[in-house]
Amino acid sequence: MYRSHVLVCGGTGCTSSGSPRIIEVLNAEIEKNGLSDEISVVQTGCHGLCALGPIMIVYPGATFYSMVKEEDIPEIVSEHLLKGRVVTRLVYDETISEEGIRSLNETDFYKKQHRIALRNCGVINPESIDEYIATNGYEALGKVLTEYTPDQVIQVILDSGLRGRGGGGFPTGLKWKFAKGYEGDQKYICCNADEGDPGAFMDRSVLEGDPHVVLEAMAIAGYAVGANQGYIYVRAEYPIAVQRLNIAIEQAREYGLLGKNIFNSGFDFDIDLRLGAGAFVCGEETALMTSIEGNRGEPRPRPPFPAEKGLFEKPTLLNNVETYANIPPIILNGPAWFASMGTEKSKGTKVFALGGKINNTGLVEIPMGTTLREVVEEIGGGIPNGKKFKAAQTGGPSGGCIPADHLDVPIDYDNLINIGSMMGSGGLIVMDEDNCMVDIAKFFLEFTVEESCGKCTPCRIGTKRLYEMLERITEGNATMDDIDKMEELCYYIKENALCGLGQTAPNPVLSTLRYFRDEYVAHVVDKKCPAGVCKALLSYHIDPDKCKGCTLCARICPSSAISGKVKETHVIDQSKCLKCGACVEKCRFGAISKK
Amino acid sequence: MKSLEELKAIRETMRGQMGLRSEDNDRIRVVVGMATCGIASGARPVLNTLSDTVQSKGLTNITVTQTGCIGLCKYEPIVEVMEPGKEKITYVKVTPEKALEIVDQHLIGGNIVKKYTIAEVVG
Repeated sequence: MYRSHVLVCGGTGCTSSGSPRIIEVLNAEIEKNGLSDEISVVQTGCHGLCALGPIMIVYPGATFYSMVKEEDIPEIVSEHLLKGRVVTRLVYDETISEEGIRSLNETDFYKKQHRIALRNCGVINPESIDEYIATNGYEALGKVLTEYTPDQVIQVILDSGLRGRGGGGFPTGLKWKFAKGYEGDQKYICCNADEGDPGAFMDRSVLEGDPHVVLEAMAIAGYAVGANQGYIYVRAEYPIAVQRLNIAIEQAREYGLLGKNIFNSGFDFDIDLRLGAGAFVCGEETALMTSIEGNRGEPRPRPPFPAEKGLFEKPTLLNNVETYANIPPIILNGPAWFASMGTEKSKGTKVFALGGKINNTGLVEIPMGTTLREVVEEIGGGIPNGKKFKAAQTGGPSGGCIPADHLDVPIDYDNLINIGSMMGSGGLIVMDEDNCMVDIAKFFLEFTVEESCGKCTPCRIGTKRLYEMLERITEGNATMDDIDKMEELCYYIKENALCGLGQTAPNPVLSTLRYFRDEYVAHVVDKKCPAGVCKALLSYHIDPDKCKGCTLCARICPSSAISGKVKETHVIDQSKCLKCGACVEKCRFGAISKK
Repeated sequence: MKSLEELKAIRETMRGQMGLRSEDNDRIRVVVGMATCGIASGARPVLNTLSDTVQSKGLTNITVTQTGCIGLCKYEPIVEVMEPGKEKITYVKVTPEKALEIVDQHLIGGNIVKKYTIAEVVG
C-alpha cells in the first residue's frame, strides 16, 4: 500500500510534451530516495489542460504541477514527496491563492466544467481494470443484467434524453429501440471511434483515459438490443488508444466481464477492434460498416438504416465513443439525474476540444446550455495577446463559424443549427481578428476535397469546384458573379450528395458567407484581405519617414527583395517579395507594414 | 464475473487506495510532521503505518498527509488530527504502535487517546 499517489498524465498531449520521460525520471528519483514502497506513480488519461502539459498531480492533497520539467523532479521528490513541502513555484499558478493552495475545481478552467464522460480521465489508471471497478465500473452492466429487462434499459436511455454525441444528435434511446425492433439471427453493436475532425480529440481522450467505460456501455447496448458481438472501429493513428483498448478487452475477458454467461445471466458478449486507415469518410456510419466488412470505405444510400440492415446486412447499433461514455452513469444515477442537466432538448454535458486562438487549449466538458462566451472567456481563459474574438468554428468540416454577435447563445444541438453551425463531434476552434474567414472556409474545403471518397458526383466534383472558386477569391481573381455561383453550388451539393460528408461540406462556406460576406466582397471588389492573411492580396511597404537605413531587413530578406544603402531609405521590390513577413518582425523601428 | 458480490469485493479492496485521490472538504486530516527533525526521530514509519492502516481499513473519509516542521522538534514525531468543526488534536512522540492505537481509538472510535496528546505529555 502506498501513502501517496503521483498521477502523471499519459494522454496524447502530455505524451508529446514529454510525460513518458517524466515518469521514468520520477521513478528513478523515488527509488534513489528510498521511497519506492511509499509512493506510487500512476499514468492516467487526459486532464484536459493540455496547454500546460506535462501535468502531474500529487495525492493526497491534489497538488497540481504543470509544465513539469525533468530537472524539477529531484526537488519535487525530496521536498514534496519526502517532506511534504509543496514546491510552490512549480504549481499551476491558478491554484495558488492568498490562503494557500486551492483545489483544482476552483480554478477558472475547471470551475464551470462538469465531467461525466470524462469523469475517470486523469483520475484512474486506464490500464487497471481494478481502478475502473473501484470507481463503480461494471456496476451498471451488473445491475442491468441482473435486474433489468432489455426494454427497461432502453426506457432508461429514452427517459434520460441522451442524444448522439458524434454530431447528428439523434436520440440514443430511439436508436436502441429501432435496433431492438428488427429481428435477426445475428445483431451487432458498433462503436464509432473514427474521430476525424481536424483538431478534435474528445473520443481519443476517453479511449486513452477510460477505455473500460466503452466496453461496459457496449455490453449494456448488446443486452438491450439483443446482440452478442461488438466492434470498435478506431483509427490506427491513435496508437495509445488502440493499445489501452487491447489491454482493457483482455482484462475484461479475464474477469469474465466479456465472454460467455456474464454475471451468470446467460448473456454472452464479446468485442473486437477494427483499425481504420484514416479515411475521414469512414466516420460516416455506412462507410464505417463497409470498412469493417473488409471493403473500401464508401457510404451507401439510406434507407435501409443500420438498425435494419447494417454490418454484414444484419441489424446493427452504432454509437459514438462519447455517447457510450454517458451510458453507465445514466444507468447508475438514473435518467432523471441526467435529464436535470442541460437545456430542454439537449440533456447532459458535451465535451469540446478547445483550440485555435485561445489561452487554455485543451479538453473541456460543460453542461449543455453553457454559453460560448463562458467557454471562450472563462474556461478558455480568453484570447492571447489582447486580440479580439472574431468567430468560433464548431463542428469541424461539417460545421460553421459563429460570430461575436452570437457569443451569448446557450450551446445545444438546436441552437447551433439555428445559427448556421452544428454541434458536430465537439471541435471548437477560436479565431481572432488575424484570421481571414475566406481562408478558413478554404482550409476546410481543402480538407473535404482531400477526403471525399469519390463515390458520388456532387461531392467529388462539387467540392473541388467550390475549392477552386475560393482559391480565385483569395487570389483576387474572382468577380461578384462567382460569389453567387458559389452559393448556388453550395446548396446544390447539400441537397444532392450521397452521405453526410458531402451534404455538410459546404457549411463552412455558407456560414462564413452569412456572417462575413463583407470579407468576401473585400477580396473580390477591393482586392484586399482585411485580416492580412491571403498572400496574393498583400504587399509589404517601407515607410520612408520611419526607415533609418539600418540594413537589417535587407540582410534577412530570403529573396533579396529589399535594397538600399546604409542610412538611406530602403525599398522593397514587389516582384521579388515572397511575403514571408520576416522583415516586419525584424524591423526595430516599425517602418515596415503590410497592406 | 458471476455476481455483483464479486464486483463489490474488488471495489471494497480498491476503495481504500482510491480514497487517497478524493478531494472533499469535509474530510478528517491526519498530518505527520516530516521535516528533518521529524524524519530523524522516526516520523516515516509512523506516516507509513497511518497511511497503510487507513487504506486497508477502508477509511475513505480520512486523508493522511505530511507537513513540514511544526516547531516542537523535541517532541517529534508529531501527528495532528484535524476534524472539520473540531479542535485540532496534537499527538507527540508517536511510534508506529502508538499510531495504531490512535487509528483504532480516535479515528475509528472517536475517543481521543489522551495519554499521547501534547497536553498530557508536555503538561
